[in-house]
Amino acid sequence: MYREQEAKYLTKKERRAIPRQEMPEQVPSIRNKDFNEVTLGYSLADAQYEAARCIQCKDPACIKGCPVGINIPAFLEMIVEGNLNGSIHKVWETTALPAVCGRVCPQEIQCEAVCVVGKKKESQPVGIGNLEMFISDWARQNGVKNQAEMAPKTGKRIAVVGSGPAGITVAGDLALKGHEVTMYEALHKPGGVLLYGIPEFRLSKDIVDYEIEQLKALGVNIVCNTVVGRTVDVDELLDEMGYDAVFIGVGAGLPTFLNIPGEDLNGVFSANEYLTRANLMKAFDFPRYDTPIIPGKNVAVLGAGNVAMDAARTALRLGAKNVTVVYRRTREQSPARHVEIHHAEEEGVQFRFLTSPLEFIGDANNQLVGINCEVMELGEPDEGGRQRPVPTGKHTYIDCDLAIIAIGTHANPLLTNTTKGLKLNQWGNIEADTKTGKTTKERVWAGGDITLGQATVILAMGMGREAANSIDDYLKGEEVW
Amino acid sequence: MFQILKREEMAHGTIILNEINAPQIAKKAKPGQFVILMANDKGERIPLTMADVDKEKGSITIIYMIIGKSTRLFASLQEGERYSDVVGPLGQPTHIEKKGTVVCVGGGTGTAVLHPITRGMYQAGNHVISIIGARNKDYIILEKEMEKVSQELKICTDDGSKGRHGFVTDELKEILETQEVAEVVAIGPVPMMKAVSALTATYDVQTTVSLNPIMIDGTGMCGGCRVKIGGETKFACIDGPEFDGHQVDFDGLWRRLQAYRLEEEKANCACNLGV
Repeated sequence: MYREQEAKYLTKKERRAIPRQEMPEQVPSIRNKDFNEVTLGYSLADAQYEAARCIQCKDPACIKGCPVGINIPAFLEMIVEGNLNGSIHKVWETTALPAVCGRVCPQEIQCEAVCVVGKKKESQPVGIGNLEMFISDWARQNGVKNQAEMAPKTGKRIAVVGSGPAGITVAGDLALKGHEVTMYEALHKPGGVLLYGIPEFRLSKDIVDYEIEQLKALGVNIVCNTVVGRTVDVDELLDEMGYDAVFIGVGAGLPTFLNIPGEDLNGVFSANEYLTRANLMKAFDFPRYDTPIIPGKNVAVLGAGNVAMDAARTALRLGAKNVTVVYRRTREQSPARHVEIHHAEEEGVQFRFLTSPLEFIGDANNQLVGINCEVMELGEPDEGGRQRPVPTGKHTYIDCDLAIIAIGTHANPLLTNTTKGLKLNQWGNIEADTKTGKTTKERVWAGGDITLGQATVILAMGMGREAANSIDDYLKGEEVW
Repeated sequence: MFQILKREEMAHGTIILNEINAPQIAKKAKPGQFVILMANDKGERIPLTMADVDKEKGSITIIYMIIGKSTRLFASLQEGERYSDVVGPLGQPTHIEKKGTVVCVGGGTGTAVLHPITRGMYQAGNHVISIIGARNKDYIILEKEMEKVSQELKICTDDGSKGRHGFVTDELKEILETQEVAEVVAIGPVPMMKAVSALTATYDVQTTVSLNPIMIDGTGMCGGCRVKIGGETKFACIDGPEFDGHQVDFDGLWRRLQAYRLEEEKANCACNLGV
């Protein structure tokens, strides 16, 4: 039995026989009533056995599979050896937010998808995400600070607009490179989607606060309550306020609605509003916190992405009796991570696939009572090869007093409308060079969802890293505009 | 920042004026725009349209009626104390131009929001007739200030304790009957704005109203403030807060404003119990 010896003393053959270590989790029937994190984290022994499964490939595919290129085999081997301090510093070389990424990255389509260990028959890939979570939690719990050397002060000043994953990455990178960075946030607390969007049970807000504190320790100045485009505009930042460069990472904040009848009934929410009330404003703790939320008895969540799962699981925790995810395509076509769907199901969320909402039905008081839906079936494949859902003509009714629309978000025009010289695409996203993040406006870079449309935390961070490098090159005079 | 420089009580202490130190907001603010305030880190984000701005002093003024837990918390803040957060200016500014005769109608604390718009209309060279209404004389606010920026000022009270005994619409109807009016600006409770808009529609007079629906972020993110304008969904925070009164679905707006009534009662109970 492999557990009889410490991981570092196991032979290569013994290492290969270790099964993937399960992530300990809260019991579903208990966790669906509280907002504590679902995942409990590996013990040191779990982590060392899991890390020992890595076969240390000569040409590691996992590094290429990671949008920020973390040196995965190196940080894993240091865990096996017990060099945890070395391991976390290896991770910090390429990511500012490992505790976040370990939890919310879709590793199954990135690093773990290409892991050679997972290619073998009946073998699962190394739990890279779980290990990233382990090592960053260890650092946080033990007060380990990033000892990376800061470059000498350059005297250059950069304004970062938006404090989500893209902004945090740019701010951290540029501060390490010796620049003076100010990060602006429209809301009253920094963190962006990590704070208002992703729920406490998937990403504890203490972690976000901790990461923000790390940025401050690097000397990043954080200014909240500032809506760029209203309180100040981009040209003022560049001209009057004397910033040498501006990075725009304001996200894709605007909720998309279905545009079907009854959408303005009471009880119909955008996922953005529902999650912002619950997460940022802590409405789950009402009336200790002043912002209310309507818990709902029978809740329908429209859409089947990660945000839909977050909304459904939040509704359960607020006390809903029945929560149903309604999606016009199939389970296999759901954009949510499998682990999110799995967690939601374990907690009691129900699913109605091939069901498309037609109309919200209200009572005399304008309160939602149900949704008329059309039953769909799979038809011809579209250009992407995905079978299109087509109406069957059959109707179905879903009884609900709360509906949460989670079909996506799009670009917020507030900043882009008030900034001259920024070229936008047809969806209102900023056009930025895919390699450098440069926009069509001189000294202005952009990254994250405002350029990508709705994507992931790690892709936003990857773009932030590229933009930070490009800004640094430009400010050093190594790159011309 | 966000220190209360001046605090005044009006209408037997039911309406509060706060002048707040907020230089960056003051620098940018235009009539018709709003701010979102939080009293502390457990508070709600409350949107309020600015009643005044002093660019030199770097201050903004808000005037609000104490109606729920959050406004009661605001009212407990004394001069020298601070709001934890104030963000703005948000929303679109009022479109002010010289048009001829403009009637500015204010109901209750709506008059506070109306005042800077009235001043703008007056300074732009319009002939300004103002009508302010309240349930009785004690609830008439900013009378002197409105007088200064209007060629004519009319007052209406529900009980006749001051000015005309009747509604602002009675006064407005007389004006619309007797003279050419280029625009009506009406700001106050939803039923008042609805009644004014219905009246002016029969005279085909352009009407602007300022809405104050439930919202969280004020930047278009939550969609909580959505309102039907001419059958189309608009966000009051970024498309408004001012809209063409003839296009607004006031009934829908009113119903959405009631959405949290039960929860508000719970909050009030909880704070009465000192929880």
